[in-house]
Amino acid sequence: MNVVVCVKQIPDPATPGALDPSTNYLKRDGKLILDDSDAYGVEMALQLVTAAGGGDVTLVSMAPNNESSGLRTGLAMGAAKAILVSDPSLAGSDALGTAKVLAAAIKRAEPELVIAATESSDGYTGTVPEQIAALLGFPSITFAKSIEIADGTAKVDRQTEAGYDEVSAPLPALISVTAGVVEPRYPSFKGIMAAKSKPVDTITVADLGLGADQVGEAGARQEIVAVTAAEERQAGEIVEDDGESHLKIVQFLETQKVL
Amino acid sequence: MDLELSAEQEAFRLVVRDFAAAEIAPHAEAWDRDHHFPVEVVQAMGELGLFGLPFPEAYGGSGADLTTLCVAIEELARVDHSLAITLSAGVGLGASPIFHFGTEEQKQRWLPDLCAGRALGAFGLTEPDGGSDAGATRTRAVADGDEWVIDGEKAFITNSGTAITSVITVTARTAAPDVAGGAGKGEISAFLVPAGTPGLEVQPPYRKMGWHASDTHGLSLAGCRVPADNLLGSRGQGFRSFLAILDEGRIAISALALGCIEACLALSTDYAGERHAFGKPIGSNQAVAFSIADLAVMAENARNLTYKAAALRDAGRPITRAAAVAKLYTTEAAVTATRVATQVFGGYGFVDETPVSRFYRDAKILEIGEGTSEIQRLVISRSLGLPVG
Ligand SMILES: Cc1cc2nc3c(=O)[nH]c(=O)nc-3n(C[C@H](O)[C@H](O)[C@H](O)COP(=O)(O)OP(=O)(O)OC[C@H]3O[C@@H](n4cnc5c(N)ncnc54)[C@H](O)[C@@H]3O)c2cc1C
Ligand SMILES: Cc1cc2nc3c(=O)[nH]c(=O)nc-3n(C[C@H](O)[C@H](O)[C@H](O)COP(=O)(O)OP(=O)(O)OC[C@H]3O[C@@H](n4cnc5c(N)ncnc54)[C@H](O)[C@@H]3O)c2cc1C
Repeated sequence: MNVVVCVKQIPDPATPGALDPSTNYLKRDGKLILDDSDAYGVEMALQLVTAAGGGDVTLVSMAPNNESSGLRTGLAMGAAKAILVSDPSLAGSDALGTAKVLAAAIKRAEPELVIAATESSDGYTGTVPEQIAALLGFPSITFAKSIEIADGTAKVDRQTEAGYDEVSAPLPALISVTAGVVEPRYPSFKGIMAAKSKPVDTITVADLGLGADQVGEAGARQEIVAVTAAEERQAGEIVEDDGESHLKIVQFLETQKVL
Repeated sequence: MDLELSAEQEAFRLVVRDFAAAEIAPHAEAWDRDHHFPVEVVQAMGELGLFGLPFPEAYGGSGADLTTLCVAIEELARVDHSLAITLSAGVGLGASPIFHFGTEEQKQRWLPDLCAGRALGAFGLTEPDGGSDAGATRTRAVADGDEWVIDGEKAFITNSGTAITSVITVTARTAAPDVAGGAGKGEISAFLVPAGTPGLEVQPPYRKMGWHASDTHGLSLAGCRVPADNLLGSRGQGFRSFLAILDEGRIAISALALGCIEACLALSTDYAGERHAFGKPIGSNQAVAFSIADLAVMAENARNLTYKAAALRDAGRPITRAAAVAKLYTTEAAVTATRVATQVFGGYGFVDETPVSRFYRDAKILEIGEGTSEIQRLVISRSLGLPVG
């Protein structure tokens, strides 16, 4: 079974990010790393391919400056190859533009299954995977906490607030996974060395047959009009215990609709 | 000499750092308190390929080098010395002698499991009556038909009594000292003693000042029989063999000491910025700040000495002196660094919740194991041509 995993390469969350004041876009000029959220998808794909007894895991990413460090991490975990779309004309892409590019790149790999994370750690609109599915005409299942493949069907336990639903879809399909789906492996040194020589097919928008007006700033249907700082966290309320403080706690939980 | 690590070695450093932060750091205090050897974590380290780093893929290794092993040991030591020494000893004392001196058959039999971390090997050199003077080995091995019969005692043997210990290399005298003559060294050979061999008794673990989560036992060998094929290297080679191996082990210990110094530096820097006394951060006092500045110098020196020695080894150059210099400096600096860090932490530096108190107890053995500081000075003095004994 051939599986594509969408992996986003993001600025290291450990180092503080910054917005470009002229465009309000996140600065992505430093080294990018594999989004932790996507490590789960890579692991799930590797396990499904092993369970299927054959096939390849292909990583697909769109990122600036031919960045491939994050892809190397996924390749070191065991993915066989990667497709990287990198093109100056992609700057300013909104989520739909990103989905168009990724969908076109995914088509090349002719996968039976596409895996993405529920949402990325930096942009977290949580919309890209479903847009890719729509563009490819694949059924899409979100919030997967476990995946099983049998007889051309994906069976998924789909996380809900109350527990989980059992849903299934015929292949080819797109499934977005949660962080609980599997425990990602650590890449070994052998894996890291092997990743050095695994193929990363770096392509441009033109290679995908997309028009420059469909992607990037030109194709964006969203516009960032303003950016405001998140509200500072308020100081908490301190309740002196006069023997009745438990009632205050109950009252508070009621206002929060927790009770 | 270029001490720059490759992009792959740096990427691997981050993997080991993540592993140590997620799988080891949260439990280190409890393992220390309970003297618990975490077998499952050791095996997870094996899955990461740590135990096979410097060995060829043909034996299940990663085909890397001593430098890469040092990176892994350094990163583990930043959070836990016990697991760092478990790795260092597993590779340097357990697998290395077999890799360097074993027959093809011995390598095929033992190395794949050792490289994968499914099994651990140990090296029994030190005896109750002597460690530094390895030539004074009293344990004896006598040929009997196609077997060797080993009798004697070993002391302080790392990884010798874990649930996954598979083999212990034991040094033993195979001829009386007067036979071979010369400085009383006699003829010392090395033998592979599989765990569980009748006559091999693993004594209860020591109660140690530090390294609580590392496995250390005394061993008794009484009429312990191994097949003639279990001779490791040629007869009489035991002494030369282990000396060569110890040089590499000393570089690995330097990496452990380096990780310790770096942890002391990072923890002290953070704490000195946060902790207030007399209305200002304690780090605004020069007495405190300067002691931490000294830690930065120690870390830099330790890094340079360790990775230079490792690079010499990986380039196939002589390392005896470089290894002794690195081991001597880094381990003495590590002991100093833990003392400084404990001082910076004040009372909190003396209680178990704070890693520096554990590091303080753990560091001292670094100046003793794999050749004491005095023995390193002896090696260095000899390399200078001084007429020392
Ligand atoms: C007007 C506008 C301009 C923007 N300009 C830029 C820009 O110049 N450069 C820039 O990088 N971003 C830019 N962004 C942000 C960018 O649109 C989103 O980050 C991107 O579309 C992905 O959205 P997300 O992170 O919310 O993905 P989500 O929908 O939260 O992602 C879910 C999952 O989809 C997959 N996925 C998402 N993005 C990618 C990707 N790029 N490659 C592979 N898999 C992926 C991953 O599995 C991810 O976990 C811009 C946004 C707007 C609104
Ligand atoms: C936790 C732990 C783990 C260990 N693991 C192992 C292991 O896996 N395998 C193994 O074989 N051993 C192991 N050892 C033993 C260790 O290597 C020895 O303890 C060490 O080499 C010192 O030997 P000794 O204890 O016999 O001290 P001694 O040799 O008795 O030395 C006592 C003191 O005298 C000094 N001294 C001795 N000779 C001289 C000299 N010529 N000039 C100046 N000073 C001198 C020493 O430096 C030291 O300060 C371990 C020890 C410990 C505590």
